[in-house]
Amino acid sequence: MSEIVLDAVEVSRDFDVSKPWLQRVVSREPKRTLRAVDNVSFAISRGTTLSLVGESGCGKSTVARLAVGLYAPSGGEIRFEGQPLSAARAQAALRRRMNMIFQDPYASLNPRWRVRDIVAEPIRAFGLLTARDAITARVGELLTQVGLAPADGEKYPHEFSGGQRQRISIARALSSEPEFLVCDEPTSALDVSVQAQILNLMRDLQQRLGLTYLFISHNLAVVRHMSDRLGVMYLGRIVELGPGEDVFRTPRHPYTRLLLDAIPDLDMVGKSRTPVGGEVPSPIDPPSGCTFHPRCPLANDRCRREKPAHTKHGNVLVACHAVEEGRTA
Amino acid sequence: MNAVARFIDSDFLYSFRRSPVAIISALVALVCVFGAILSPWIAPHDPFDLASLSLMDSFKPPAFMADGENAYLLGTDDQGRDLLSGIMYGTRISLFVGVLAIGFALAVGITVGLVAGYMGGTVDAVLMRIADVQLTFPAILIALLVDGVVRAVLPREFHEKIEIYVLVFAIGIARWPQFARTVRGSTLVERGREYVMAAQVIGLSRARIMISHILPNVLGPVLVIATLNLGLAILDEATLSFLGVGLPPTQPSLGTLIRIGNDFLFSGEWWVTIFPGIALALMVLSINLLGDWLRDALNPRLR
Repeated sequence: MSEIVLDAVEVSRDFDVSKPWLQRVVSREPKRTLRAVDNVSFAISRGTTLSLVGESGCGKSTVARLAVGLYAPSGGEIRFEGQPLSAARAQAALRRRMNMIFQDPYASLNPRWRVRDIVAEPIRAFGLLTARDAITARVGELLTQVGLAPADGEKYPHEFSGGQRQRISIARALSSEPEFLVCDEPTSALDVSVQAQILNLMRDLQQRLGLTYLFISHNLAVVRHMSDRLGVMYLGRIVELGPGEDVFRTPRHPYTRLLLDAIPDLDMVGKSRTPVGGEVPSPIDPPSGCTFHPRCPLANDRCRREKPAHTKHGNVLVACHAVEEGRTA
Repeated sequence: MNAVARFIDSDFLYSFRRSPVAIISALVALVCVFGAILSPWIAPHDPFDLASLSLMDSFKPPAFMADGENAYLLGTDDQGRDLLSGIMYGTRISLFVGVLAIGFALAVGITVGLVAGYMGGTVDAVLMRIADVQLTFPAILIALLVDGVVRAVLPREFHEKIEIYVLVFAIGIARWPQFARTVRGSTLVERGREYVMAAQVIGLSRARIMISHILPNVLGPVLVIATLNLGLAILDEATLSFLGVGLPPTQPSLGTLIRIGNDFLFSGEWWVTIFPGIALALMVLSINLLGDWLRDALNPRLR
């Protein structure tokens, strides 16, 4: 296997969701924490894409923010090229090599800045270029690279459509010549027709520049298009992790199966399908044992009592008692 | 489209042209501001030039009255100073104090609001409780307190020289909490936006994120409040001067003029106090109406 760019080892992240101090003291409530990410491990090799999928609130975006160092892990460690991320972030030279693309192209560009300044900000922040002309030329080049015109740099973000804005975000993310990009649902705010353009652009750029992606999405079709490896998240844990095609062809975890069954598919028109039953339980008060057991068709007593560990099946890691015991057939 | 063409075409100007109140108050405010700024050149007399004053001219009634003189359009005061000139010079001082005081309050309020909103937690709690405590006292009371303390601490002759800046400080410090609260509120909203996170990812410092990213996005509402507060600050100054703790008669502001005239109100020389009063009322009213219009024009929900 090639060189590992980002390596997460048993990473957890808690959030304090207690009421304000005074209220808590008056009503004698204890502190309450929410475990958004629970013991998550993964590694991303250079030039590949790891995708994380899952329902809303499963901790995908928290993982994205952990991976660029916006949040510090409460437990475990994230390493960037072997160095702990907090140490790597302290060095501008390493910080330059990672960047992030956000979900909402209407919120991720400062409305008061011209596009050229938005795109040039990382260049200026890291002092990559200092001459005005050189920066202008580089911004023009970046805008061309993402399919916009250099003249668009004079405009403000509100003059662009959602897809064009996401192209601007990508140009900005690329301007510090990073090697590792975290993409937090980069297409979910866009029209379906535009989504494909943005995804193809991202794949082109990956091939051309040798980028490494951590790709977060809730859309399995999008993920299938993008990923080399795929992780399925449920309530803060990765329940299945393996090469994308393996997971898609032979989903093992009952949750992965439910998700794949729920994809609309032309072959299935008119047939009945199994809906994903139930709601995601609250992560403040997660179910005992395997957190998926209240919704799982295969759950038994052991699932209610005991947290499943990851076991290896071929190239795929699965955290499920039923899979381990061979009860899935 | 260039900036000028865009401005002429904007909703902003359209809304201005559609509002007679805004046009009239803008005109009145402009007359006040220009009359004040240009007073050394356009005022008919120089009220500070002792050589040109004559007690023979004292208490001349306004020109439109039976024994008025055209040289003194609005009459003269007890020292024989021309009232119109006095009002123009006084407006100049009132505006100077008001603008500087609001500028000072803005600087303090915006800084505190940005820091409190962006840092959150204990910093936020401490700064906002200070602002809350101060908001419970009327602005004029705080200004009186500051002025009183400075008077007690500094020697008299030194105090007279810096009185105008003491006033600026007293009024400014009394008015910052409102700006701080507004800026903090908008900062809390902006802080959660993804463009702020995008700046954090590339490792910009907190100060740089606050100044170059958040500040431009929270400035709108606070500038509207500043316009409204400018009128109030001018009134604060007039009140202090009227109470005799503001500017001395050697540097008369509108408030000082009103106070001087107040002594003669019952002896029949009403114009000495009424005209500065009207000038003050007109200026503050026009500034407030302009501020009101600005608030509505910039609020997309009211369009």
